[in-house]
Amino acid sequence: MRLAQQPGERIDRSRRIKFSFDGRSVEAHPGDTIASALLAGEQRVLSRSFKYHRPRGELCFSGRCAHSMMDVDGWPGARACSELVREGLRVQHINAWPSLRFDVMRATDLFGGPFTPPGFYYKTFIRPRRLWPVYEKVLRNAAGLARLRPAQDEREWRTEYRRRHCDVLVIGGGVAGLQAAIAAARSGADVVLADEDLEPGGRLLVEGAHEEARDLVRTAREAGVEVLEGAAALGFFDGLVPVWQGSTLHQVRAARHIAATGTVEQSLVFPDNDLPGVMLSGGARRAAALYGVAPGAAVLVAATSDSGLDDALALYRAGVRVVAVADLRDAPDSADLAQQLGAAGIELISGSTVVRAAGRGGVSEAVTARVDERGVARSGTTKRHECDVIAVGGGEVPASSLLLQAGAHATYDERSGRFVAGELPPSVHAAGSVVGHESAAAAAASGSVAGLEAALALGIGGSEVEQQLAEARERLVAAGGPGRVAVAPALATDGRRGGKAFVDLDEDVTAKDIAYAVDEGFSSIELAKRYTTVTMGPSQGRFSQLPSARLIAKATGLSLGEIGMTTARPPWVTVPLGALAGRPFEPAKRSSIHGCHRDLGATVRWAGDWRRAYDYGDPQGEALAVQQTAGLIDVSTLGKLIVAGPDAGAFLDRLYPNRLSNLAPNRIRYGVLTSEAGRITDDGTVCRLDENSFLVTTTSSGAGAVEQWFSWWLATWDMDVRLTDVTQGLAAVNLAGPKAREILSSLTDLDCSAEGFPYLHARQGTVAGVPCLAMRIGFVGEVGYELHFPAAYGEHLWGAIMEAGREHGIRPFGMEPQRILRLQKLHVIVGQDTDSESLPAAAGMPWIVKLDKEEDFIGRWALELAADRVPESKLVGFTTANGHVPTEGAVIVRDGVAAGQVTSSRYAPKLDRVIGMAWVPTDLAVDDAQVQISDAGRILEARVTTRPFYDPEGEVLRS
Amino acid sequence: MSYVLTCPNCGTREVTDFAFGGEVTERPTERPTPRELNTYVYFRRNVAGRQREWWCHRSGCRSWFLAERDTRTQEVFWTALPGDAPPADEVTS
Repeated sequence: MRLAQQPGERIDRSRRIKFSFDGRSVEAHPGDTIASALLAGEQRVLSRSFKYHRPRGELCFSGRCAHSMMDVDGWPGARACSELVREGLRVQHINAWPSLRFDVMRATDLFGGPFTPPGFYYKTFIRPRRLWPVYEKVLRNAAGLARLRPAQDEREWRTEYRRRHCDVLVIGGGVAGLQAAIAAARSGADVVLADEDLEPGGRLLVEGAHEEARDLVRTAREAGVEVLEGAAALGFFDGLVPVWQGSTLHQVRAARHIAATGTVEQSLVFPDNDLPGVMLSGGARRAAALYGVAPGAAVLVAATSDSGLDDALALYRAGVRVVAVADLRDAPDSADLAQQLGAAGIELISGSTVVRAAGRGGVSEAVTARVDERGVARSGTTKRHECDVIAVGGGEVPASSLLLQAGAHATYDERSGRFVAGELPPSVHAAGSVVGHESAAAAAASGSVAGLEAALALGIGGSEVEQQLAEARERLVAAGGPGRVAVAPALATDGRRGGKAFVDLDEDVTAKDIAYAVDEGFSSIELAKRYTTVTMGPSQGRFSQLPSARLIAKATGLSLGEIGMTTARPPWVTVPLGALAGRPFEPAKRSSIHGCHRDLGATVRWAGDWRRAYDYGDPQGEALAVQQTAGLIDVSTLGKLIVAGPDAGAFLDRLYPNRLSNLAPNRIRYGVLTSEAGRITDDGTVCRLDENSFLVTTTSSGAGAVEQWFSWWLATWDMDVRLTDVTQGLAAVNLAGPKAREILSSLTDLDCSAEGFPYLHARQGTVAGVPCLAMRIGFVGEVGYELHFPAAYGEHLWGAIMEAGREHGIRPFGMEPQRILRLQKLHVIVGQDTDSESLPAAAGMPWIVKLDKEEDFIGRWALELAADRVPESKLVGFTTANGHVPTEGAVIVRDGVAAGQVTSSRYAPKLDRVIGMAWVPTDLAVDDAQVQISDAGRILEARVTTRPFYDPEGEVLRS
Repeated sequence: MSYVLTCPNCGTREVTDFAFGGEVTERPTERPTPRELNTYVYFRRNVAGRQREWWCHRSGCRSWFLAERDTRTQEVFWTALPGDAPPADEVTS
């Protein structure tokens, strides 16, 4: 039911919008949340509970409890009371089948109680063991609350990371937080304020001071505070606070933190305290004040402090019928409040509390009574009240999770009956009700104190700020301490049987369950928590922390101080995993020719960060084409570094084991990079462009590491060299095969003859109008030209070469045929055929190490030591007899013992043979030696070869 | 582990922007004995306390620079390009 217009309401009554709930159309006003619109339409039941599938209604009206979880447009974890209504929204209930009204799993509540104590699944389903898979299936289906959309693309959404460094981060936008932010910002600090509610302002918004709240927010913004609305601080990680706001995760790092996180209202424990209609009194008040919705037709308020009385009066003034207020205390602190209740005609039942709720599918009656020290109703004090809402206020618990995560300690304060966070770590301040400054005046003053203290700690502001701080401290003292709170009984009952009394409504944990756990020996709060899952539900135990501690105190006879409080782990609010995973900052790389590969139907696979053409559907045919006519491969993924400057040659001499400074311009040399331990780390070609500059190519996956390696040594040695990474700037293709020369000639004025452009030479000229560096190198073993050119011309040059080669039968080839071709030549792929222990000499490249070089180079000393020793194993080629291709990684065995492994193996179509490379014991690393390969349980005979399978003398390559 | 480093070129950034290059080691100037070489290549002091170390601003300017950091508290005392770093013998560890 809608109330008359409320002064601070958020809804726009002049307009109407519609959404659907379980297929039924529901009317709302802009500004309504799903829950407020449903409540206005008398929809009391919102969901079914986790374990017993009991109907549940609104509890906190702040978007924190599990009751309001719904599937909103496919998002199963949305909270109905913090999700704004939008036109056409499709909302569905969760965790009930076949319908919200009738749920078959309710049977667990009606009949299963005795069989489902805490931990029943550990005890019941372990025997017989072989049936576990069956049990598991059933349990998995019964567990959980909702279902994700099955298709990946229906679950995808875009999230962003944002890093924000500031002087002060204020968490919580109530009066304390706002005043703290304003004070710090006015002193000159860069301040961020994160508030988790739809609108900052905290209690001011519901307590009739909405205009003051909105003024404060405006003032904060004018003072330069960055106010993040609907933004929840998730945790405290070494000073880094992730703040989740919709689809953005702000990673806020501040020099000082001010926690103004307020308090959380606690529920009361009595039989059937989960009936729809039992809600927190603050929640009932929020519904009326913010959305103009009556929580029900007749409300009974159960209070333990003056704030409950205040809530009752506020509801009455909003137009809600309040049948009575049961106050656990014998008299309110404020006689004025009692008088106002009297004037409103609301009965104040002092010394009483609710001992039972009754009704079918919702509250229709509340029973109040005076209770003894065990919480049992004293005879003759019982009263029945007809009502449909029981608004309970079981006291407030400071929302100190973030403070505790930051390293503060919680101690129980007997005087105020609550846990208080103390011993704040350096750099962390606290303000407002989280540290007991409850009244608006006290909260405001404590906020100013915290904000000014933070500014002074940062060294911002001078004597003026100190003066303001002194004044704020005076205001804080004048505002006085917190009011008196009656300690509610752990469990209040009318002494009759029947009805479950819930301590944790999220997890369906009852008072009986806690007693049961303590009986079984789980008497520490940490153990009882894990055993019963109390406080472990979606609301992170917000509403059940104090009740669960009280129940354990009751069962063990210990005091609350001795029992302590559990620390809620991050995240403080439920957050989609996608928000934490974020959008990756290392996106897939595609070469500028990628579109051509797609058009040609390439199979695309990952190669490091790159998406590369693996083949074009026929790897063997593609390999044959390179050997018979011509092939074209995109090698843009190669790392490319320009090393330039007067010391460039000397610099490369220090990095490579061979000599590069004596390379003539337009000449090319193969090079292997080694670590200080002499082990192979990367390979590629080095081409001298002119006197002072070289183009170095690296493996595709090693580009980043090589650049880092080069720049690191450059930083160490301080040589006159400039490094430019042109990996992304240059595209590259390799045109190879018997017809390659003819095809290239038709596209360029360069002399491509064998004499005019010999092997391992480079030329600079235009090909199809594109400025190119053409290098004659032969990874695939045929006459080949590697063309490097500005990436923007990628598709043009690729298309021009394919067109010119068409009459010669050119084919594009991918990574897989390239691997077959290079294997025929025993050309090593670093990382595939070598590992972090491979030495050049053992990997079949003794010629690459020039120990006669005068200069020192990286790895020299280790390579010198290695040169004196015979390696244990060597990398060789092999062929198998029976045509079986051994798995890469298969083991070389000798006398039944592992003695090496296969690193590469392929069927080579041109040779019509199975070929491969393997590490074998050194004494077997000779031509025609026989080795055995153990592959998935079968033994293959293989013959060793140390020479390339194809064109061993390199005549084809050089022609 | 979460802290910030100040790149001498780009300014203060989250540590995840940087690549760690390990503690600063002294490359032998003369031919080392096998034991010295082994120590240089494989062994690190791994101090619990102030350490001079290499960092590379991987997601930024890609420069290498030196930093001195307390490995226990993650407090970073200074960062500097190699030429601007205080002499190593002034470092207490």
